[in-house]
Amino acid sequence: MKFLHLIGSNLRRKKLRTTLTMLSILIAFLLYGYLCAIQEGLNAGVSVAGEDRLVVRHKVSLIQLLPVSYKDRIARIPGVDAVVHQTWFGGIYQDPKKFFAQMPVEPEAFLDMYPEFILEEGARKAWMQMRTGAIVGRKTANRFGWKVGDRVPIQTTIWVQKNGSQTWEFDIVGIFDGAEKGVDTTQLFFRHDYFDEARAEGDGMVGWYSVRIKDPERAPEVAQAIDEEFANSPAETKAEAEGAFVQGFAKQVGDIGAITAAILSAVFFTILLVSGNTMAQAVRERTEELGVLKALGFTSPQVLGFVLAESCLIAGIGGLSGLGLAWLMISAGDPTNGALPIFYFPMRSLFLGIGLVLGLGLITGIVPAWQAMRIEIADALRRN
Amino acid sequence: MSNDVLVHVRNVEKRFRRGSEDIHVLSGLSLEVPRGEFLALMGPSGSGKTTLLNLIGGLDRPTGGSVEIEGERIDGFSDRKLAAWRARHVGLVFQMYNLLPVLTAERNVDLPLLLTHLSRQERRRHVEAALAVVGLSHRARHFPRQMSGGEQQRVGIARAIVTDPTLLLCDEPTGDLDRKAGDEILDLLQVLNREQGKTIVMVTHDPHASARASRTVHLNKGQLSTEAVP
Ligand SMILES: Nc1ncnc2c1ncn2[C@@H]1O[C@H](COP(=O)(O)OP(=O)(O)O)[C@@H](O)[C@H]1O
Ligand SMILES: [Mg+2]
Repeated sequence: MKFLHLIGSNLRRKKLRTTLTMLSILIAFLLYGYLCAIQEGLNAGVSVAGEDRLVVRHKVSLIQLLPVSYKDRIARIPGVDAVVHQTWFGGIYQDPKKFFAQMPVEPEAFLDMYPEFILEEGARKAWMQMRTGAIVGRKTANRFGWKVGDRVPIQTTIWVQKNGSQTWEFDIVGIFDGAEKGVDTTQLFFRHDYFDEARAEGDGMVGWYSVRIKDPERAPEVAQAIDEEFANSPAETKAEAEGAFVQGFAKQVGDIGAITAAILSAVFFTILLVSGNTMAQAVRERTEELGVLKALGFTSPQVLGFVLAESCLIAGIGGLSGLGLAWLMISAGDPTNGALPIFYFPMRSLFLGIGLVLGLGLITGIVPAWQAMRIEIADALRRN
Repeated sequence: MSNDVLVHVRNVEKRFRRGSEDIHVLSGLSLEVPRGEFLALMGPSGSGKTTLLNLIGGLDRPTGGSVEIEGERIDGFSDRKLAAWRARHVGLVFQMYNLLPVLTAERNVDLPLLLTHLSRQERRRHVEAALAVVGLSHRARHFPRQMSGGEQQRVGIARAIVTDPTLLLCDEPTGDLDRKAGDEILDLLQVLNREQGKTIVMVTHDPHASARASRTVHLNKGQLSTEAVP
């Protein structure tokens, strides 16, 4: 600890160079944090997807509807525990850019199927009683300032009401939270019976089914059995694990994982060169001083430690501020106005980032530190 | 006490390899420095004065012969042991002062104390005392670039004496100073020698400086003599 001042004082030496190096490290880690959050957002749900749930959709595409009669047929298939359906509503509240998803569901069965949505008992009861009732996730409620008791108008171009109106009004009866961090709390759910009665078209059709199975190990068999049940019918199905379903959604944006990895590799390679060069120069300029330290009785391993500590300090100041700034900016919100319902800096990415900071410090410091360790006093002092 | 030999250099030989060339700098040189002596070491440039000083101070090892300080053969010490030995037993003063530019005077003087087990307060006391000895208490918070050459050299001397070593090794301590500043440094070394009993070996070119010493030896062609060889 008493060497801290000695190590830190070296940062004052070439202020511009040190500052620029730290700044580039900062930017690299800011970018890292942001990309991690975006990746997490795009893969959202995959990590929290129930492994005991399947999604059954129309074989051709998600847009195609399925008959509501499939529900009972799916429920009869061995291994199936429960079935609920959802339908894409595609509504807009005020600003089309402020995207969030809405789905009509059957409240009781739905809440039973998705224990990760935490709803107060009172709200649950209220929802059962009010036909136009809707529950909304905490994030969207906060975003639009909705409270329980509010009546919110949602426009949709997909679903016209029998009276010709394209504006649907819902009464907010509850606000739900996620049981864990990755749970999407941007969605709004309303009652299918209200929806089914009021819609002008699409009678007897729903969007897709969520199916809970008794034994997650047997998911592939059950999925196959479901698809076979509807083979050669006008509406064939594609059943898959919920995780795969969500992932398929994300894949539409491209293989974000590979893109992220490629960008970050390029950034870190550059940073490695930049700060490696800074440290190499720092030691070269200081050969004589390091020789003096050794002459005074500092050991070679100590000198090695000083140089390593210095490069870790540079990487630490730059990298940790970058991660901190990323965390602040990410907390401030999703830059896409809701296209990423889940947007946060995942803990494991944060820890990985801290590990990368340390790694960067050690890797860029090790060669100069090794050189510093091998400096011969007599040679170093002969330089002048 | 006067017969007590502090530095005993026996038959040392020092060769450097430079490419295929073998440079013989010291060949079978012997030297005794009694405790309490102020010895001046003179000789033409390139004669090996610094090399000899480095051997005495444990900054380098001889290729032959032995170096014994206070009865200890230091030429066989491991790097680690030698570093610890230097920190305890020798104070070094360089021609170019060699202060760390990013540290204040007091932090520079504190450096050797970082290797001791002294508490922060004890270190502070030692630093203050050393700066007082060289008359620079009022410059404690200044950086080297804010000081004159003479002042920097005095900080260098404070750094050399702060651990209270028996032996002070000075390599052309006045070589880069004007006459007045140089005289002040020599006064200071004399005081340290006489009043604090430091044994001093000082390399110098300057007869004016060597006149302050209690004895002068000349190094020429790898050998020592009491007379300057013309
Ligand atoms: N580390 C070294 N490598 C090669 N040659 C050296 C080294 N140190 C000293 N020398 C050579 O040894 C000779 C004596 O050097 P030095 O002791 O510095 O002389 P002085 O201090 O008397 O001027 C010079 O010729 C110098 O070139
Ligand atoms: Mg010399």
